Parts: sequence; C-alpha cells; structure tokens
Amino acid sequence: MSPTLISDLIQIGLYLVLLTALAVPLGLYMAKVFTGEIALLGAVERAVLAPAGVPRKHEQHWTAYALSLLAFNAAGFVVLYLVLRFQDLLPLNPQGFDGVAPHLAFNTALSFVTNTNWQSYGGETTLSNLSQMAGLTTQNFVSAASGMAVAAAVARGLASRQARAIGSFWTDLVRAILYVLLPASILLALVLVWLGVPQTLDASATATTLEGAQQTIALGPVASQIAIKQLGTNGGGFFNVNSAHPFENPSALSNLLEMLAILVVPAAFCVTFGRMVGDRRQGRALFAAMGVMLVVAIAILYGAEQIGNPLQAGVVEAGAGSMEGKEVRFGVVGSALWAALTTAASNGSVNAMHDSLTPIGGLVAMLQMQLGEVVFGGVGVGLTGMLLFVILTVFLAGLMVGRTPEYLGKKIEAREVKLAALTLLIMPIGVLVLAALAVATGDAQTSIQDAGPHGLSELLYAYSSATGNNGSAFAGFNANVPWHDTWLGLAMLLGRFGTIVPILAIAGSLAGKRTTPESAGTFPTHGPLFVGLLIATILIVGALTFLPVLALGPIAEQVSILAGQTF
Amino acid sequence: MLSILRPALVLLALFTLLTGVAYPLAVTGLARILAPAQAGGSLVVRDGAVVGSALIGQAFGADRYFHGRPSATTAPDPADPAKTVEAPYNAAASSGSNLAPSATALKEAVAARAAALGVTPAPADLVTASASGLDPHVSPQGALVQVARVAAARGLPEAAVRGLVERHVEDRTFGVLGEPRVNVLALNLALDALTR
Repeated sequence: MSPTLISDLIQIGLYLVLLTALAVPLGLYMAKVFTGEIALLGAVERAVLAPAGVPRKHEQHWTAYALSLLAFNAAGFVVLYLVLRFQDLLPLNPQGFDGVAPHLAFNTALSFVTNTNWQSYGGETTLSNLSQMAGLTTQNFVSAASGMAVAAAVARGLASRQARAIGSFWTDLVRAILYVLLPASILLALVLVWLGVPQTLDASATATTLEGAQQTIALGPVASQIAIKQLGTNGGGFFNVNSAHPFENPSALSNLLEMLAILVVPAAFCVTFGRMVGDRRQGRALFAAMGVMLVVAIAILYGAEQIGNPLQAGVVEAGAGSMEGKEVRFGVVGSALWAALTTAASNGSVNAMHDSLTPIGGLVAMLQMQLGEVVFGGVGVGLTGMLLFVILTVFLAGLMVGRTPEYLGKKIEAREVKLAALTLLIMPIGVLVLAALAVATGDAQTSIQDAGPHGLSELLYAYSSATGNNGSAFAGFNANVPWHDTWLGLAMLLGRFGTIVPILAIAGSLAGKRTTPESAGTFPTHGPLFVGLLIATILIVGALTFLPVLALGPIAEQVSILAGQTF
Repeated sequence: MLSILRPALVLLALFTLLTGVAYPLAVTGLARILAPAQAGGSLVVRDGAVVGSALIGQAFGADRYFHGRPSATTAPDPADPAKTVEAPYNAAASSGSNLAPSATALKEAVAARAAALGVTPAPADLVTASASGLDPHVSPQGALVQVARVAAARGLPEAAVRGLVERHVEDRTFGVLGEPRVNVLALNLALDALTR
C-alpha cells in the first residue's frame, strides 16, 4: 500500500472510532434528558414553559403532538419570511442589503424551517447580520430540536403499553435545545473561534495585498452559526461556498471536529432509542445497519475521487486524485469523507464543490439522499426514517414466514404498514415527478450549467437534496429562479412533514397496543440476519426507484469520460 | 386552537431571543476575550498595515511571488451589474468553478494552466480551481515547482528559496490529519523579509 493510502485509511478509521466513542455517552445522556431523568435545568425549563402555558407533566395524543409541531414550524416560517423580506428596514444590516426577493425569501424560509438549509442565497452577498442570526440561527436550533422531539416521541410510543399519549412536543423541544443543542453549540463555537473561525459583528475587513491590490474580506458572526449548523444537521453556511470557506473550516483539525459534529447527534439517537425502548440491542442493530452502509458509501466515494479524472491523465500528476473544487488542507480524503457524511446525514454542508465530484462520487452522494437519508440521517428524523424501513422489513419478513409481524413486542398491522408504505412515495414524487415537471416546462434547461448527462445530474441532485432535506447542491445549477425556488420549496415541505406526520401516527398507534412477550416464534430484530434484511430492503426500494434515472445522469457521464467524450 | 398557538408563538419568541440573539452575542463577547485575533479574521499586519488574512489566499501574479491555486471567484461587472467578471481571490464572494468532470471547459482550462506552468505532469492543485476560490495553501510540490522562477526573478540562489519553502511546509496535524501544505501568503511574506 502506498503511504498516501495508509494515511488516508488511518484518517477514515480514526473518524469512525471517534464518532462511535462520542455517540454512545451522548446517546445515553439524551435518553435521560427525554425521559426527564436529568432535571439539572428544571428551573430554566419551567421558566420557558410557564409563560407558554404548558402545564407540568404535560402529555399529548399523537394528533396534538403533530399539530403542535406543525403550528410551531408554521409560525417559524412566517416570521423568518418576514425578517428576510424586510431586512432592509430592520437593524444590524451593516452592508445595507436590500430585502430578499419574494421567491428567494419563500425558498430560504422553508429551507431553514424544514431543516434543509438549501442555499439559494449567497450568504455574504445577500443576508444581513440580523437575518443570519435572529433568522437563520434560530431556525437552525428549533428545526433541529423539532426533529429530535419526533424521535423522542416515537421511542416513547414504542416503549409504552396501551398509552394514549406520546409525550409533550413543547417539553421535548425545550429539552432538546437546553440540554443538548445549546451547550454543545457554545462549546463547539468557541473551539472553532480558537481554530480561526471569525466571530465579530463587523461585516468585513480591508487589506492591501502584497501586490498592492485591495482585498475586501467578508467577516461576521460565523462561528456561532457554524457550530449549530453542523450539530443540528442543518448545513446552511454563512458563506456561499459553505464549509469549504477557510473562515468556516480553517484547518484539518476543524475539519475533523465539524465532521464529528455532523454525525454525532444522529448516531447517538440509535443509542438513545435502544435505551428508551429498554433493549439496547435494538439500538445497536440500527447503528450497525447504518454503519455498514456508511462505510460502503465512504469507500466508493473515496475510491472514485482518489482515482480522479481520466480526462486529466498525463497532464496532472498521477495519484493526486481529483482536486477541482477541493481545498489543499483537506485533500482528497478529507473532502470525500465529508461528502459521504453530509449526504448520509441530512446535513448538506459541503467542504468541496459536489458539482465537480467525479461522476461516481456524485452518484454516491445523490443516492444516499434518495434512499431517504436513513444512514444516521438528520437529527432525530434519520432514526425515525430508518424505523419506517424497519416496519417494512418486519412486514416482509412476516410475509416470508407467515406470521403476524411484530416489532419490540408490538403487532405491526395494516394501518402501520400502509402509513410506512405511503412515505416511500415521498422521495420518488419529490425527485422524479417535480424534476420531470421542470424539464417538461423548459425551466430546467435555463438553470443547468453543464451540458451533457451532467446537466441532468445537476437537476436531479437539486430535487433529491430538497426532498431529502439535505441542502447540499451541485452548485453550478442556478436554483434561484422563481420556478425552482418555489418547487424546491414545496419538495422540502413534502420531504419533511410527509414523513414526520406518518411516523408520529404510527407511534401513536403503536403506543396504544399491548406488548406481547417474546416467544420462540418471535422474529428477532437485533441480529445480523435482521440487519442484512433491513439493508437489503433499503437498497432494493431505493435502487429500483432511482436506478433508471441514475443511468441517464452520473452513469452515462462516467461512461462518456471513459470514452474520452467531453461536453 | 389557542392551546397550540400560544406555546408556538411564545416559544418562538423566547428561542429567537435565546438562540438567535443571546447565543451569537454571548459567543461574540467570549470570543473577543478568549481569542480576539482569530475572532477578527486572523488579519496579518506588516509595518502597521493590514496585508491580508492568514487564512485567506490572495491573488499573486508577479514572477517574484509564489502563486496560489487557480481561483474561480467573480465580481459584478462595473459596466453591467447583471453580469460578472473574473476576480480571483475575491474574499467578499467565495465561489468554486462548479465545472463538471466531463466539461470541455475544465479539460481545456487544466491543459492551459499546465502549459503555462511548463511542468508536465503538473501538481494537481496548481492546475485546478479550489472549492472556495480562496484556498490559502498549495501542496509542497506545488510550491517547489515554482522555486526556479521566483529565485530568478529575485536574483536569489535557488537553494535559499528552496530552503525557505521547505521551512514553510506544514505537516499533517498530529502527523495524521489533513494533507501537507504550504501557506502561500506566509511564504511570500518570508520571501519579502529575506530580500529587504
């Protein structure tokens, strides 16, 4: 093995070990937070909940839980939309930016409320400090906390016996922020500042370069936003190029810390789930299924980027990999690893330009989003997305052996399977139907930067990212036009609440059922056999749906490149 | 309905104050005390004037300086604000090229840069645009291939310039993380100090 390969494998291995080592204690801690066993900040919690009119020991039926979540997010959308539209009339606008255009404000507000954080805007050229802080940073916290609340409610539903309620959305929301997101963000933000990420209310600094030119260097309250955008799987950057900007991610060490921040909360939720349902093996099985899929994705993505672009063979040093759209301090491995993580999670921050990834590298990123981001996924919603696949898997396994499917002692019946199957339609509708509409109306072509199959990939990536609530982009694609801003916004809405509401309904329905004790006939859901079946279900559903269109995009591009064809 | 709307509005207001205002301002205050230089953008001062940021690359075109990577940043066209013009290392509007791996424009740009450099095969980082357009680093190889040009332009022995480059190579952090790299601005500042 070459020294580069050994060093790269060590970096990947080190990351995976650190992630697991952090996820376990955090997961156990979060379980205690959501069951109320840790009440260190009880006084603060009451001080927040009392004026909101939420009583002590508040409990909600799943419908009230879901309505609360929807009302809270709707209010967030309206406020954020207004802040963006009228930022020119509001304070903290040192650059004197205009109010954001209606379609862009609509898209950006939906994007942050749905935890997508798609950047149709260029941060440093569009948004005032007030918009970035009070607008975007707030939604970074509360949209992440909403997802975490959903996971807590679902775990509670599975754990309870013949219960009517699945917890209190308001209490879960407040706890997720006070006990997890806020303290972790303060800590991470300060470490990032120490590593070089700016944190100032000044908009820019001016320098006279060594060659005598004037360089305006955009600054701002960057670190505080970066910390929560990574921890909350938000991903919307302060700067246009997101975490590739040296001010968002200045060094190899900041890169490692931010990569850990991207996946640690979603990974920890597997542990939280196991603990809350009283069977830690169940959490480990989900962690294993996600882990296996992540390692495969990393291996393919890294391999494709390290092999590089055959069109540059002979011109560029062999073995350097594909460096277009990558930063020297991260190199191929630090960029490929990040690309795999950010599309596994619904994070979507990037430290390399995904548009310039090799076709196979881009395919892996796209496919991970199209599978519904269940490989750790978004905070909370990654776990619940995976549970939808678990329900389908136990259903399929039940069909094979001819028994009523069960999960954690709860009978899985027609209602649950129907709801889970319904959510399978979300990704195809958001990606295939909406993208096809864009093509049919001619609105796709005007936004595409690159000719040939890559143009289709740009469009597909945009709609996959929006429906999956990821937020990363093939950024050559100009999404900031009324058609795409609107339809991508609706895709985000569909992808977010189209899965959250059904999973809450399933949780409510399972909470009401009695738990049957494990018997010799129970199909175990914690062993390697189940993990394998679960992965197979995910891949079959995802691959069958998206293989044809992937063949027209990235696969066709790869074949063209191998044949020496450019566009 | 009120039982749902009231907590929604009250909690949104409280969290806007807590996470949208108090949190960033508290971090700003703490950062100013704990790490003022970094919080302000790691600005580099020479002879009392700000010459750049240690973390942000800048455009170098003269033979007497080491050059950074190609940058795809642009700026509004002074003649027509709806259009943009090339403006490498525009630190007010970061951007990559976003070119597809199969793009003819990419293949041609890489070939042209390699030809201009006069080195085949060329170090990958010197002929490809960075992600941010502001990459402050080049690879050690990317600096070493420029030694002859810089030494000739400054009338310095090549060995002296090469030694300077080697002293500016930053190894992997903790010997493990990231890639070996050279900060171009730091190297060029050291060059200027050498010949003063």
